[in-house]
Amino acid sequence: MLTTAWLSSGIEITYLVAASLFIVGLKRLSSPATARQGNQIAAAGMFVAIVATLLNQSVLNYQMLLVGIVIGSLVGAIAAQKVAMTAMPQMVGIFNGLGGAASALIAVGEFWRVLSTTGTAPIDATLVTILGVFIGGVTFTGSLMAFAKLQGIMTGSPITFPFQQPFNIFILVSFLVGSGYLLVHPEQTFVFLGLVAISLLLGVLFVLPIGGADTPVVISLLNSYSGLAASAAGFILMNNMLIIAGALVGASGLILTQIMCKAMNRSLANVLFSAFGSDGGTAIAAGGDQGDRVVRSVEPEEGAMMLGYARSVVIVPGYGMAVAQAQHSVRELADQLDRLGVTVKYAIHPVAGRMPGHMNVLLAEANVPYDQLCDMDDINPEFERTDVALVIGANDVVNPAARENTSSPIYGMPILDVDRAHNTIVIKRGMSAGFAGIENDLFFKEHTMMMFGSAKDVVAKLVAEVKQLS
Amino acid sequence: MAAGLLTGLVVFVLASFVGFEVINKVPPTLHTPLMSGANAISGIAVVGALLIAGTQDLNLTVILGLIAVVLATINVVGGFLVTDRMLQMFKKKGA
Repeated sequence: MLTTAWLSSGIEITYLVAASLFIVGLKRLSSPATARQGNQIAAAGMFVAIVATLLNQSVLNYQMLLVGIVIGSLVGAIAAQKVAMTAMPQMVGIFNGLGGAASALIAVGEFWRVLSTTGTAPIDATLVTILGVFIGGVTFTGSLMAFAKLQGIMTGSPITFPFQQPFNIFILVSFLVGSGYLLVHPEQTFVFLGLVAISLLLGVLFVLPIGGADTPVVISLLNSYSGLAASAAGFILMNNMLIIAGALVGASGLILTQIMCKAMNRSLANVLFSAFGSDGGTAIAAGGDQGDRVVRSVEPEEGAMMLGYARSVVIVPGYGMAVAQAQHSVRELADQLDRLGVTVKYAIHPVAGRMPGHMNVLLAEANVPYDQLCDMDDINPEFERTDVALVIGANDVVNPAARENTSSPIYGMPILDVDRAHNTIVIKRGMSAGFAGIENDLFFKEHTMMMFGSAKDVVAKLVAEVKQLS
Repeated sequence: MAAGLLTGLVVFVLASFVGFEVINKVPPTLHTPLMSGANAISGIAVVGALLIAGTQDLNLTVILGLIAVVLATINVVGGFLVTDRMLQMFKKKGA
């Protein structure tokens, strides 16, 4: 009896240690010098928490649990080893979904246990179960949708259908009505299963109308949800450590979501419900005067000369660089320019790519030191003194219309002021509009030169040409 | 039970504030590792899964719990390892 008491206090204290390790780990994750250590500290916290749980006296089914842990560890370890850095957004997306699914399963399983042992469930247990099923279910299917969009299994453009909003509201209201009913009659399993199904459906509906370039917001938001789902599981099992760890992740995801929204000058509601850029591809004339405007295109030879004889070059990467997997060629170009005494910096827009920090990860993979990567606010004042701004596969984030054209849909969005550099070279596959579906005034500016082609090919040609300069 | 719910709510709100304070000033370079590291922490659901899958008899709860154990473990192990793999690549100039 005494040992039991000791054991359960010991487990509680170990949980407290684990929670503290998570907090310290997250704290360290926010500085480049300590980040790796922070991640390891958090992992240690997780290990401690799992071991303590296995010591719990109600846990008896060791063989099966270990089989589950081994399978999960193998799959996770292999996935983490194999995934290409360019596929990182999908990977984070699917991991979010797994966490959400686990939490939803806990909610369903525990509710089932309570029902089958007592025949009914207290109102507060039902309430937290509904929350767990809802958040976990939405996180699960929402993440699968985000994965499918990023992986190219389905179109990355927003998908809309007639009466979408009324339909969504109808579904949401049915969920609320069903929840109300279940609170009074928890033994109605069909209502419960209906709620599970609706949660899964809502996750799909929620990501459906969101387009490619808005994915950084969605991924961060789903990240936050996966934490909240774990918290909900904590409420269901009355386990404080789950609540704490989930709340930490929920907060971190929410902060990232906020940063992403701010970087696009749009509210979260606007990102989620406006199906922004659904006209994508059919360029809307921003001013209606582009008919007689001309673009200047240059050959790699001339481009290489401009770059090689510049004093300072700022490289602006975008999603196009990720798609073409051009990060290694870009680094090679920077090395060659460095050899010629050119100062090279990288300007990173917060929403460039498909997840927060996407460009930073890719460039890190190509061995670009992180102190060469500049944030928008730091680099913008420098463009006036920059000889050449080299835009590689970025579009909307360098569109001066965001600054100048009040009627543009992206007006007010903070952009990288590449048009203020003495010269701007834009590497792009064609003249198609960016994600927002609008013309980019930058391409028609006097000091802008276009180099058409896949980012990887064009940069490789530039590298070859620059190599010949001495 | 309602008292437990309230305690849980207190813990949740305070932990959220701690989260906001701790993570608030993360530089953009670390956005992805922070996200995937945090994501691995959300795999803490594995603890809950172990608890409900731990009983000796085989019923629906245990089966769902076991599936949850597998999914959450993938999340935990994959999440921490991939974050480590990423962070290994982040180097300062000259390092």
